[in-house]
Amino acid sequence: MIKTLELHGISKSFPGVQALDSIDFSLEAGTIGGLIGENGAGKSTLLKVLSGAYIPEKGTIKIDGKQYTFKSTKDALSAGIAVIYQELNLVPEMTVAENMMLGHFPVNKTGLIDFNSMYETATKQLQYIMEEIDPQAKIKTLPIAQRQMIEISKALLLNARIIAFDEPTSSLSQKEIRNLFRIINTLKEQGKTIIYVSHRLEEVFEICDSVTVFRDGKLIEKFEDMKKVNHDILVSKMVGREISDIYNYRERERSDVPLLSVKDFVCPGLKIPASFDLYKGEILGFFGLVGAGRTELMKGLYGAVRHSQGTVSLEGRTIQIKSPKDSIRQGIAFLPEDRKDEGIIPIRSVEENINISSRRDNLKMKFFIDREWEKTNADSFIQKLDIKTPSRQQIIKNLSGGNQQKVILARWLGEHISVLIMDEPTRGIDVGTKNEIYNLMYKLTEMGISIICVSSDLPEIMGICDRLVIMREGKIVNTILRNEMDKEQILSYALPAKHKEHQTA
Amino acid sequence: MAQFSKQGIQKSLRSIWEDSGMLVIFIVLFLLLAIFVPYFLTWRNMIGLGLSVSMVGMVSCTMLFCLASGDFDLSVENVIAFSGVTAAVIINSTNNVFFGIMLGVLGGGLIGFLNGFIIAKGRINALITTLAMSQIVRGLAFIVAGGEARSIGNAKFFVLGNGMILGIPAPIWITIICFVVFAILIRSTTFGKNTVAIGGNKEAARLAGINVDKTRMLIFSIQGLMAGFAGVVLASRMTSGQPNTSQGFSLDVISACVLGGVSLSGGVAPILGAIVGVLIMGTVQNAMNLMNIPTFYQYVVRGLILLIAVLIDQFKQQTRKV
Repeated sequence: MIKTLELHGISKSFPGVQALDSIDFSLEAGTIGGLIGENGAGKSTLLKVLSGAYIPEKGTIKIDGKQYTFKSTKDALSAGIAVIYQELNLVPEMTVAENMMLGHFPVNKTGLIDFNSMYETATKQLQYIMEEIDPQAKIKTLPIAQRQMIEISKALLLNARIIAFDEPTSSLSQKEIRNLFRIINTLKEQGKTIIYVSHRLEEVFEICDSVTVFRDGKLIEKFEDMKKVNHDILVSKMVGREISDIYNYRERERSDVPLLSVKDFVCPGLKIPASFDLYKGEILGFFGLVGAGRTELMKGLYGAVRHSQGTVSLEGRTIQIKSPKDSIRQGIAFLPEDRKDEGIIPIRSVEENINISSRRDNLKMKFFIDREWEKTNADSFIQKLDIKTPSRQQIIKNLSGGNQQKVILARWLGEHISVLIMDEPTRGIDVGTKNEIYNLMYKLTEMGISIICVSSDLPEIMGICDRLVIMREGKIVNTILRNEMDKEQILSYALPAKHKEHQTA
Repeated sequence: MAQFSKQGIQKSLRSIWEDSGMLVIFIVLFLLLAIFVPYFLTWRNMIGLGLSVSMVGMVSCTMLFCLASGDFDLSVENVIAFSGVTAAVIINSTNNVFFGIMLGVLGGGLIGFLNGFIIAKGRINALITTLAMSQIVRGLAFIVAGGEARSIGNAKFFVLGNGMILGIPAPIWITIICFVVFAILIRSTTFGKNTVAIGGNKEAARLAGINVDKTRMLIFSIQGLMAGFAGVVLASRMTSGQPNTSQGFSLDVISACVLGGVSLSGGVAPILGAIVGVLIMGTVQNAMNLMNIPTFYQYVVRGLILLIAVLIDQFKQQTRKV
């Protein structure tokens, strides 16, 4: 039987990295094949090879038995492959219909765009996937979930037979995920071949017919029968070693004296003044839904956003924080949620990204950069935190998300900090590195540093935190201790009132 | 073994090309001109070449900071005119050379500071801000000058632009000193590193504790001071303050920087590249003058050089990626 998609010996390398090492992979029509693996395992590279964005050095791609060589994304599209990336490729200022037909606008006899036919086609296509979206709406007015539907429609309009999804659920709500799965299953029933890349193993179990594990550019194993695998097997295949409990919580000693005390704090994004204490050496979790005001509160505390009221005291003294610089001087550091836009300086080296802040205390004659110190400092953190990079001079954007996160952590460990605020510290980071970051957090608390950990990942929050603050709609609603943590209870505090009714109904 | 060393040579040639392709092009260009263009490689022509690039050279030092931080400045040409005229008028009215120079330079600095303040604090795009400022400042130059060129009476002032040290004119020395000082600033100080970080990612730089607004204002202030100083030096060379001088100069400076590999999107600051860019532009211009190529054609050639340079750079980046 001829497989819809057949890859043989696909290899692709980048300077210093073998991103794909002779991959053999195939999928049949009407199946959903999951691809899993840690960051840097090669899944994204494989998708880029399929989409024609990368040209492999070796190997062949066959679709329905016919061999193809993709020189551009256009080649791949015309061969029937569409890849829907996490960061959607839509033009925000254009309408839904325009985006769906970008590059293939229908034209009338005079050569002008035939808007009637364009909107008609768009409406039909949207009806087909049962989405109520106005084809004349601008993309920027739509939520992420609907934009994703536009991408899918775009692929279907081009008669794609193979559709690959790259982490499609990362910014979707539960309800939106259900809808997406419904559509993916419909596509499957119509004989489309689906590639599903995800970090979330439970989703893979729910929707996929087979699952393939990648690690370090190699295809480790393909499981054809989902019933014969479980979560633990997949994790150990991905990581290459057994991880019994990725959280690996250790009991810590906490003092009863607050290190950081926040009183009646008001800043943009908060509806009710916030007050809480952070004890020395603890990990304090902040849980809530998107829009609960957690990030806003943290940015206010860090001085990235000005606060209008309230006092903050550190070890009993009131401190004034008007900018991130003030905050760092007081020993409060911040690890932003959005690594790419707020954390790294993408085109600069690992070394420069580590030293950006702490170099000012290590100058020669208080003015000149001490090159030797910069090199030593960077190398020592690369070693201490096991940052996987060919050298300290590597441009940081070429590193995996987990390693970028370690670089930003190194930035703060070079300072004399007593409070570390981490906003979604493990978002988009693979299991193995997550485990390393948790262990690092524990080590920091043992050194007496207190950590505030904002996270939307409930198992993570319950796994690593000593206490938990729950926020809802711009206010702190409750604070609970580790031994009182209960999933249902936490969610009921975090969900807005109307949601709760909806749930019980 | 032989093959191995051949590969090694190829590899090192490639790395020279990747790191300093423009330098290689400049050297080849210079040698060709020295061989084929009569009078090119004479002491007198070399001094003339040095003088002709000195202004662009000086201002490109600070423009490099502007570009590295992700901004640019279109008002430098008008600051040059304004500061030159200011120096001329002050020197003529007070007969105090030092005072005239100071006011010319500080006037430029003030305009630069205003640019920086509006861009950083007012969050206005650098293109619009410096475009508006360039109009205002050109107007001010004419107002201060009373609408015409002001010749300067005090001959002591002319030393700045025409004095010779070791047989080389002062402006060339000044340019060399500027390059050395700014090379140290960009490479070996927190100010330089912060500038590049801001160009690389403003928000990340701010959250890392860099005072982004202050740094940007400082960059523009220094740019203004430098343009002011260049204007004073030019006035000294011309022995007069001319309100309509240097039109199109800002883009010459930006072109030279871009030719040397400075990115318009910020985050990189190859100062050696900027020097080479300045030299290539100046050398081509000089050779075309020697060959009596009409000015109209010179414009075309300069534009083509810039286009070809950025195309080569783009090509280099693409081949590196694969």
